[in-house]
Amino acid sequence: MSDARTVPMIELQSVNKWYGEFQVLKNIDLQVGKGEKVVVCGPSGSGKSTMIRCINRLEEHQRGRIIVAGIELTSDLKNIEAIRREVGMVFQQFNLFPHLTVLQNLTLAPIWVRKLPKKEAEEAARYYLGRVRIPDQADKYPGQLSGGQQQRVAIARSLCMKPEIMLFDEPTSALDPEMIKEVLDVMIELANEGMTMVCVTHEMGFARTVADMMVFMDKGEIVERAAPKDFFAAPKNERTKAFLSQILAH
Amino acid sequence: MTDLTQGIPIAAQAPRPRWTGALAWLRANLFNGVTSTILTLLCAALIAAALPPVIRWALIDAIWSAPNGQACHGAGACWAFIGEKFRFILFGFFPAGETWRPIAAVVIFLAMIVAACDRRMWGRRLALVWVIGLFAVFALMRGGAFGLSTVETALWSGLPLTLVLAVVGMLVGFPFGVLLALGRRSRLPAVRAICVGYIELVRGVPVITMLFMASLMLPLFLPTGITIDKLVRAQVAFILFAGASLAEVVRGGLQAIPRGQIEAADALGLTYVQRTRLIVLPQALAMVIPALVNTFIGIFKDTALVIIISLFDLLTTAETALSDANWQGFYVEAYVFVGVIYWSFCFFMSRYSQLLEREFNRGRRR
Ligand SMILES: Nc1ncnc2c1ncn2[C@@H]1O[C@H](COP(=O)(O)OP(=O)(O)OP(=O)(O)O)[C@@H](O)[C@H]1O
Ligand SMILES: [Mg+2]
Repeated sequence: MSDARTVPMIELQSVNKWYGEFQVLKNIDLQVGKGEKVVVCGPSGSGKSTMIRCINRLEEHQRGRIIVAGIELTSDLKNIEAIRREVGMVFQQFNLFPHLTVLQNLTLAPIWVRKLPKKEAEEAARYYLGRVRIPDQADKYPGQLSGGQQQRVAIARSLCMKPEIMLFDEPTSALDPEMIKEVLDVMIELANEGMTMVCVTHEMGFARTVADMMVFMDKGEIVERAAPKDFFAAPKNERTKAFLSQILAH
Repeated sequence: MTDLTQGIPIAAQAPRPRWTGALAWLRANLFNGVTSTILTLLCAALIAAALPPVIRWALIDAIWSAPNGQACHGAGACWAFIGEKFRFILFGFFPAGETWRPIAAVVIFLAMIVAACDRRMWGRRLALVWVIGLFAVFALMRGGAFGLSTVETALWSGLPLTLVLAVVGMLVGFPFGVLLALGRRSRLPAVRAICVGYIELVRGVPVITMLFMASLMLPLFLPTGITIDKLVRAQVAFILFAGASLAEVVRGGLQAIPRGQIEAADALGLTYVQRTRLIVLPQALAMVIPALVNTFIGIFKDTALVIIISLFDLLTTAETALSDANWQGFYVEAYVFVGVIYWSFCFFMSRYSQLLEREFNRGRRR
């Protein structure tokens, strides 16, 4: 296992990004090995979303290099599409396609991007629906599901593309408290199976369970990174301490 | 009216189960409050005042057959005029012996429209049916092949002309409008500028002007000796106009698509074309169905403006029929007749849009 983890799946080398004058990302360096789970936290506006959205080019970085699954992100559309096929992403707002049924949501990309036959795509979709524990909702529309169910469909939708890497951007922050666990359980299972994951979340219990590395961001910088037990027990940076004491207070 | 108001207390005194349903409906919809009751009574009075004379004019006193116009002037409508001019109003100057051809063309049109209304039919096969159907319509009207005599497009008139202009205008104008709307949101500045410029230019000009330009100015730009058929020019003008108006409607829908939908599609690796076709347009168009159909209805009615370049659409053939010296003065009959035809098409579009809207929004409610 530790051998596999030396193979970098995601590599960010001094990545910088500006919105006009405002610098959102400052010299970000990050390496995520195969099967590694990284949990990113930090105050609002610190650039967490921007960073992980750069990994699949939902945002463009201006300086530095990003290499994902061995492919460098440039403005070359071919590379971007190749990377997006390998990287699944789960959003805070689920972003399911409301005009398609759950099954159609799941089979759309495999059919159109992976060119799978419809029947095969549907079989895979039903398998993953089972995996996220909603096997019987295939023919409903997203609007007919609860938030927790929608987010699990969104996870299944990404998994149907058989990605190497999964990105999560605060997947549980839009959910009612009683639904958070059902989504986290699915994510923990996924982590246990060896998926490479980068996860922005403030669910510290989840982070303790699955993370190989904690990353703390503030004002566009990675301020601290450490294994979870060191990170929580003995944060080195003052800003990390302040943040943790705030978030663990409730 | 008096029956209605008296009916309530009687029924209320002796409630019979058979009546409660209708009575409840009446109370809830027509008499729920003072204002509502007054309005209901007022409307009922208006209808009661207007309906009998209309019925008397249209049916009871109407003259259904007459040898000529003089014999047909009476208290009521002269439907004999319509009977006499029926063929001319519908098919205009198309050679009289060949009337079956425009009839067949109209029937093909209607059949294709009905087929297109069933959402389960949407797909490649329907597109093929339409291509073949439009070709058949053209062959029937134009002739010159399959042993049919040639009929110049200048003689195409009445309902087939109106249908050709409207249907082809919508059919080609719609995808054109969608492309314009997408272009308006393009990331390429040149594409965006061209689309914005085009839409703003064409939308700011009345259709009449477009027709004039297509008809009178276009020939000036063409090299001498080359002429473009007048009908084609009018058709092109309609397509250009339909495209610009539809583009603005579609843009409204595109703007309403949340950013997250596009991001999710991108994150799944869909290309721009796939994303637009599978995610963006289905939602954007479904959102603007009422406005789209409104525009379609407008385009349909605007076909009546081709008289300006002396093409004889349905309205113009009716007006021409009025100038017959033997049948003078039957304006109301003529306009009622074509009015009913226009209304049927527009009413159909409007009802169909409501059905589509329901179907598209199925399952979307939270
Ligand atoms: N499109 C944009 N234009 C200008 N500024 C932006 C844009 N998107 C984000 N920003 C700014 O960049 C900074 C980082 O945003 P980002 O969304 O990455 O933060 P975050 O750490 O994910 O915060 P949160 O926890 O609230 O989601 C913020 O200050 C934000 O205001
Ligand atoms: Mg964020």
